[in-house]
Amino acid sequence: MSAITRKEVEHVANLARLQLTEEEAERYTKDLNAILEFAAKLNELDTSSVAPTSHATDVKNVMREDVNRPSLPREEVLKNAPDHEEGQFKVPAVFE
Amino acid sequence: MSLFDKRLSEIHSALRAKELSVTDLAQASIASIKEHDNEIKSVLHVDEEGALAHARQLDERLAKGGEELGLLYGLPAGLKDNLITKGVRTTCASKFLANFDPVHDGTVSQKVKDADAVIVAKLNMDEFAMGGSNENSGFYPTKNPWNTEYVPGGSSGGSAAAMAARHFYFTLGSDTGGSIRQPAAFCGVVGLKPTYGRVSRFGLVAFASSLDQIGPVTKNVEDAAYVLQAIAGHDPYDSTSADVDVPDFLSALTGDVKGLRIGVPKELIGEGIDPEVRDAVLAALKQLESMGASWSEVSLPHTEYAVPAYYLLSSSEASSNLARFDGVRYGVRADNASNLIELYKESRSQGFGAEVKRRIMLGTYALSSGYYDAYYKKAQQVRTLIIQDYNSIFADFDVILHPTTPSTAFKIGENVDDPVKMYLEDICTVPVNLAGLPAISVPCGFSGNGLPIGLQIIGKAFDESTVLRVAHAYEQSVGYHQRKPEWVRG
Repeated sequence: MSAITRKEVEHVANLARLQLTEEEAERYTKDLNAILEFAAKLNELDTSSVAPTSHATDVKNVMREDVNRPSLPREEVLKNAPDHEEGQFKVPAVFE
Repeated sequence: MSLFDKRLSEIHSALRAKELSVTDLAQASIASIKEHDNEIKSVLHVDEEGALAHARQLDERLAKGGEELGLLYGLPAGLKDNLITKGVRTTCASKFLANFDPVHDGTVSQKVKDADAVIVAKLNMDEFAMGGSNENSGFYPTKNPWNTEYVPGGSSGGSAAAMAARHFYFTLGSDTGGSIRQPAAFCGVVGLKPTYGRVSRFGLVAFASSLDQIGPVTKNVEDAAYVLQAIAGHDPYDSTSADVDVPDFLSALTGDVKGLRIGVPKELIGEGIDPEVRDAVLAALKQLESMGASWSEVSLPHTEYAVPAYYLLSSSEASSNLARFDGVRYGVRADNASNLIELYKESRSQGFGAEVKRRIMLGTYALSSGYYDAYYKKAQQVRTLIIQDYNSIFADFDVILHPTTPSTAFKIGENVDDPVKMYLEDICTVPVNLAGLPAISVPCGFSGNGLPIGLQIIGKAFDESTVLRVAHAYEQSVGYHQRKPEWVRG
């Protein structure tokens, strides 16, 4: 597998909603290359006929009754919000 | 002997006889933290007022002679700071959550309270449970009570160091790739990771949801059985918690291992394992043999693939789980953002530490378009192979036994510049999480420089009883659990 470039690192940072400093971008390019080189070891294994495992237990589609139950009071929920107004979370403009 | 070295039954007798009060216990815990935690830094915040109020309430209840005592009645506890506690700051040792005040309890926090334990403090950890040394705490690193130049392990390093220092009667940690067992081994205490699904994860701040599991850190196996008894069980709030019966774990502690069949994987006892650690584990096997167990060498052929598979899977899950920290509903918010995307980016970049960002980057990459099959799906397929390896051993054996860690605790700063080297330290613990199995670490000796060595015992899914039985029988026959760092009083 080809090495990850500085440009790709910046693309991934954008996907992850991280703003990397110059130094961090350098550092993570180096680190991700080292980690991915290490991860390439998995290619030694032929897994073409192996089913993937997402969970170690075989619990599937757990359903519950669709009934009303009390929710947390609004003021409690907003207690930890950095900013709120009229009972709602407040954020900067989404559109320019 | 310190108050917290007493057996639970002795504590309860003393409480009933009014020779001791729950307030005394809580005060002893608070005093121990105040007096000794400056050196160790295992604690992030103490809820002195809340703990003493709860203690008084429990004392009054006993004085009135009303209800029966809860299983963990009166015992001072410390909880890893990724377990949410109503009204008590919960930070995951991240600057992002420096002032987060949970509005409800997690299921386990509630169960601990329902069992009448007193939550005294929240404990230090690697930020968001990512790390194996507590050097990734966003606030300050924890130190190993046996030698403060060494790491306590992680990510539940605070939970293990606090137990070695006897600040509490028990602590709780969480284990995604060894985060309970490895620090327990490094600090010379007992750490139990239950079967995936045995304990509810509701209210555990998620790192890697298919791997995370809460468990006790204690001074001995009996205490681990008590705490597991109190926190285990199905929870409608966690759809991955298993709807299976919870056995009586205390009754499993018979001291009898006659006829027990132990498998020892050759991949985890030979090359790459420090000779001192290997010798201690071989001595433990000899000890169990003398008590009527038998052991044979077995193989976990995919061991060398477990660490890369684990880091791909856990980082992928983490990148998804940590997307919720966006500076909108809780946590820090950057104050210089001019639009929403910038707010996300700036808040996350200011709030997260280096290792958390590294894992989010790795996980985002592994899940991104064009790379999903090569990394994420490939790792999931390797996970299947690792599970099959365990299944074939457990067809013929009752438990698997090997070291908890390849070597004893490393020095602070020794591995910080090389993430791959740091990740490889997890070789003895991550395969167990990938398979979802229960496992315990118990002290089995000391290195030449006086650091503890951990023995790991792994059982079949939902067979914590056998794991506890073997660990308890071994522990009682050798007594390493009674050793404490010299400076720890009593």
